[in-house]
Amino acid sequence: MAPADLRLRLLAAFIAIACLSQLHSLAVAGVLLALVLPLAWFLGPLAFPWRRLWHLEGFLLLLFATLPFTMDGRPLFTLGPLVASLDGVWRASLIAAKVSTCVLVLTVLLGDVEPARLGVALRGLRVPERLSRLCVMTMRYTSLLRDEARRLHDAMRARGFRPRSSRHTWRSYGNLIGMLLVRALDRAERVEEAMLCRGYTGSFPYHAPPFPPLRDWIGFGAISAAGVAILVIDRL
Amino acid sequence: MAHIPDGILSLPVLIGGGLITAGGVALALRRLDDRMIPRAAILGAAVFAGSLIAVPVGPSSVHVLLSGMMGIMLGTATFAVVLVILLLQALLFGFGGLTTLGVNTVNIALPGVVFALLLGPAIRATPSGVLRAALAGAVGALSVLGTGALVASSLALSSSEFTPVASVLLATYLPLAVGEAFVTAAIVGFLARVQPEALRPVIASSASPSAPPSTPSSAS
Repeated sequence: MAPADLRLRLLAAFIAIACLSQLHSLAVAGVLLALVLPLAWFLGPLAFPWRRLWHLEGFLLLLFATLPFTMDGRPLFTLGPLVASLDGVWRASLIAAKVSTCVLVLTVLLGDVEPARLGVALRGLRVPERLSRLCVMTMRYTSLLRDEARRLHDAMRARGFRPRSSRHTWRSYGNLIGMLLVRALDRAERVEEAMLCRGYTGSFPYHAPPFPPLRDWIGFGAISAAGVAILVIDRL
Repeated sequence: MAHIPDGILSLPVLIGGGLITAGGVALALRRLDDRMIPRAAILGAAVFAGSLIAVPVGPSSVHVLLSGMMGIMLGTATFAVVLVILLLQALLFGFGGLTTLGVNTVNIALPGVVFALLLGPAIRATPSGVLRAALAGAVGALSVLGTGALVASSLALSSSEFTPVASVLLATYLPLAVGEAFVTAAIVGFLARVQPEALRPVIASSASPSAPPSTPSSAS
């Protein structure tokens, strides 16, 4: 159902997530999470995003540990001088449900974005030309520099480097990143000269992508309408 | 956790963050002329790659933010670079969120830009390596603490019940600030020895930052 046109897909995801992130009722958020879970499991473009959810656990655990004690409401149990309130547990569950749902929706809708197409889509969404050029070039060099960082890191390990919590470790990492930056700046200069040699005039030629087909507009309308409808149900 | 995910912050905080980011990016785009963009993009990619390395600090491990470093090397252009990095992280790895892009950009970029503007001139001018390391370490540590304070206040402004969570989060930024201070001092020391012109937020080989793109840049 997600629009194939990346511009509409980005917009639909933004509208849907903006609506979902403002939910107030635990019932709506819980039902929604229960609906989105199987969707992400069976229809998602990626394997189920365990790592993305895992990344949030620390923060959510912190919420469950503190919110029950800081919010007033019906007492649930007492722990010494502290009183845990039912309202706090509800509030923490609401946030956990919303955060997880948003991560899953983001994965289902935008998990398979090809970085190479992002620049054209951003340009199509009227993002300033320099910003989308910066985005395209950053993406282009990320994988290159990640390889460079891995090579330098491997070389350090081959010399017997073990990361520990010490000044030597921090200084070594500083030198590693410094070397990465020096090589990157040299490369930036070479790249710029090579581009000027080939007649680079200061901006990339963008082909405006074709007008999205009706199918994509329907998908866009359905996803954003679903987001708004859920928000309206939540506030009723 | 510098990346606040979707679904936590309130609407006024999200909109406020978005507006400040729009202003910062407008400033950044004025600074980013055609000659500056390749350098900014490759620096952004290097910071992105560097932030994937986990540094052990005490019992946990963190990754460097390098926002103070970017502030020293890119000036106000840092806003645009941080926004691009956060967009890529949200789309490729699912870290952070779409609606929180504005708030997260302010939280990470603003302290780096401000402290680099304040202390940057002294870092570039001083001949003493010890003083330079101390000042660069201060930029790194203050930027991280500033980010921690902004993250905590975004949470606290969204809902007063978050205040205890925010103060716990702020405490976790202390070890990160120490590590970031040492790493930033080491990077700046390294660059000052190897390529001092890299510490200026303009293309050093041209007389003015707005030189036409046809001017050949001298080899470093």
